[in-house]
Amino acid sequence: MRPPPRGLDDEAPRSPGRVTTSAAGAPRESVIHTLTAVTDLVAQGSGPWINFDVGLFLDRFWANTINGLSYGSIYALVALGYTLVYGVLQLINFAHSEIFVIGVFGVYFTFLALGFQPGQTPNVPLAGIIANLVLAGAVGMILAGVAAVILERVAYRPLRKRNAPRLAFLITAIGASFVIQQVFRITRGSNPEGTIRLLPPEPLFRIFGAPVTNLQLIIIVAALALFVVADSFVNRTRLGRGVRAVAQDPATATLMGVNRERVIMITFLLGGLLAGAAALFYLMTIPQGAVFNGGFLLGIKAFAAAVLGGIGNLRGALLGGLILGIAENYGQSLFGGDWRDVVAFVLLVGVLMFRPTGILGESLGKARV
Amino acid sequence: MTATTETERAPSSSGGRFGELSRWWNARSRPQQWGLLVPVAAIIYLLPVLNPPIITTEPATSFPIALFNAAVFALIAIGLNVVIGQAGLLDLGYVGFFAIGAYSAAVLSSPDSELGVRFPWLVIVPIAMVITMISGVILGTPTLRLRGDYLAIVTLGFGEIVRLLADNIDPLRGNRGFQDIARPGGTYPDGSPIFTQNDAQGFYWLAVTIVIIVLFLMGNLERSRVGRAWIAVREDEDAAELTGVPTYKFKIWAFAIGAAVGGLSGTLFAAQVGFVNNQRFDVTTSILYLAAVVLGGQGNKVGVVVGAFLVSYIPDRFQFEPEYRFLVFGLALIILMIFRPQGILGMRQHLLTYGRQAYQKLFGAGTGVAPTSLTPSSRPAGEPAEAVPDDRSGSRPQGGGE
Repeated sequence: MRPPPRGLDDEAPRSPGRVTTSAAGAPRESVIHTLTAVTDLVAQGSGPWINFDVGLFLDRFWANTINGLSYGSIYALVALGYTLVYGVLQLINFAHSEIFVIGVFGVYFTFLALGFQPGQTPNVPLAGIIANLVLAGAVGMILAGVAAVILERVAYRPLRKRNAPRLAFLITAIGASFVIQQVFRITRGSNPEGTIRLLPPEPLFRIFGAPVTNLQLIIIVAALALFVVADSFVNRTRLGRGVRAVAQDPATATLMGVNRERVIMITFLLGGLLAGAAALFYLMTIPQGAVFNGGFLLGIKAFAAAVLGGIGNLRGALLGGLILGIAENYGQSLFGGDWRDVVAFVLLVGVLMFRPTGILGESLGKARV
Repeated sequence: MTATTETERAPSSSGGRFGELSRWWNARSRPQQWGLLVPVAAIIYLLPVLNPPIITTEPATSFPIALFNAAVFALIAIGLNVVIGQAGLLDLGYVGFFAIGAYSAAVLSSPDSELGVRFPWLVIVPIAMVITMISGVILGTPTLRLRGDYLAIVTLGFGEIVRLLADNIDPLRGNRGFQDIARPGGTYPDGSPIFTQNDAQGFYWLAVTIVIIVLFLMGNLERSRVGRAWIAVREDEDAAELTGVPTYKFKIWAFAIGAAVGGLSGTLFAAQVGFVNNQRFDVTTSILYLAAVVLGGQGNKVGVVVGAFLVSYIPDRFQFEPEYRFLVFGLALIILMIFRPQGILGMRQHLLTYGRQAYQKLFGAGTGVAPTSLTPSSRPAGEPAEAVPDDRSGSRPQGGGE
């Protein structure tokens, strides 16, 4: 008998959203039941399995928007890694989601090393918590960045040397992704790590009646700051000029004295660092998210975000991430929590159908005018 | 750099015992080849009866069941090979088609289904294949216009959507699944049924027969206009389009045919197990399929059967934990891509239609394919065709920017 493939999601949180729906606001059962426009198509189930709940959607519009921006920032940070590597190598770094997972575990282990235990609310002053978070984030970023560089060395560089076809890169990336995932599975088990929450979410103020929590605010602001840093690195520094040059034309860039291998390394490093930062925000939002396959869905969605905005385009990745995060939340309200991921994928397919180059187009290599 | 690697690799790819054997094989005429294959097929059919001591997977796993699973895996790999190996489209959601096939069988025959019909298995198979084919076209129509690497992600998303739909749509029963799925009828002379859940022997024979039939059909397809179009698309889509191959149409065909074979294997699997729920169709499983195709040799249908057999059989034989399966095959993918990108049995490029006659005219009666030393196609699949100018060749990562 074929052993049932026990890969994904049996115990793991399926997606960021599912976990926090209850935290974001009380589910309104009555609204769900009264405003169901599309009932079950087969009409024999115990209840509708898909909703079309305009009332709930309107009701939670602003809350969803804010929450979506916060998730979207995480997607955007991961998407930047995809987009950078794609811009320079025209390669989908399939293992980037696992780089993110390495970051998540890096952050988690730092929490443990700092003496936080699962299930306890830490009794540390605010400044201490912030210092700890920054430290954990730094560890996660460094680990993820180094892992990305090692990945490039081990998996992609030999292929580049051999001038391998494009498919070979993609298959190697998939292989690498599996290896990293399984190493975590075998060493840490397939259950999520215990919950460590350093900073409980507290509403700070309201926008259009929707509460904004401290976590959401920190994440959105920090992600935007990191984006600005990455964007100005690529667009304003000497190294960034090298990155853009290689993206535009590797052969000419090499002739002009750009060290292509170094540019590739920097690209992977930068992508890894951003993924590590995303890992910290992810673990702050979803403390139970440290699990070996936690990067799978997030990775696909981040890639979807990158494509949505225009892969190879840093600003596109940010825009795509935010749009995807918001759209997912809207979809969740409209159709029900189970359909959140479906909405994300359908959005991806839809965008690719009508605008394959994404909203802002692909332009890492474009010269600045 | 390329010059040195070429000279290093050329002998290893054309020479060696393996090359010797394949040259001898190619020199046989068609009837001779078929005659030689009959005893091989007979041994394959007799395997569960013989239950050879070292090869058997017992006592841990029932040998016929292990063999049946390997045969289904081989069928899946043949179907996926059409998409990946022939047409060069990386499909990471192939498990979705397998799932659609299995679910079609379940919905059309299980008493748990709300349709309330109980079709026999033979009726289900064509229906399921048509359904999967349609779903292949539905998936392909928007996505196949895209560049190859977007396709990988979109198909991955598709595989995930199929699984999520099985989770979310109530009539598909999620985790509870469907019991009592129809299996083919038929009894042995003594009256006992051939196809039962506990004894997979009959199912194994059925699966092997289907594999052989599908291999025949695929062989014909490969040598037809369709097969040539696929190879043209795989090698260079722009050039194919310019030479008048309607690439989009043939890519959709590749998707549809691959999907149909996936659906067929899904029905076979559902019939043997008799139970389908949402736990068997992870995207991770897709990667095992991919590993089978890549390991065996993309584009070589015998190769992918061997690859599928290895991917399915080795874990059963040596009883490693299912967890390690993914680790081992993930590593195998990386190592293979670096050191032997063409897989165990690499694909040979040669003339397709009337190739045999042409080569015999050119190189003498004893040759079925071109002597390896004479053609540039003896290079491993991973090598570039000729010195490819590094202008904006969009087909390789080294290419220029957009």
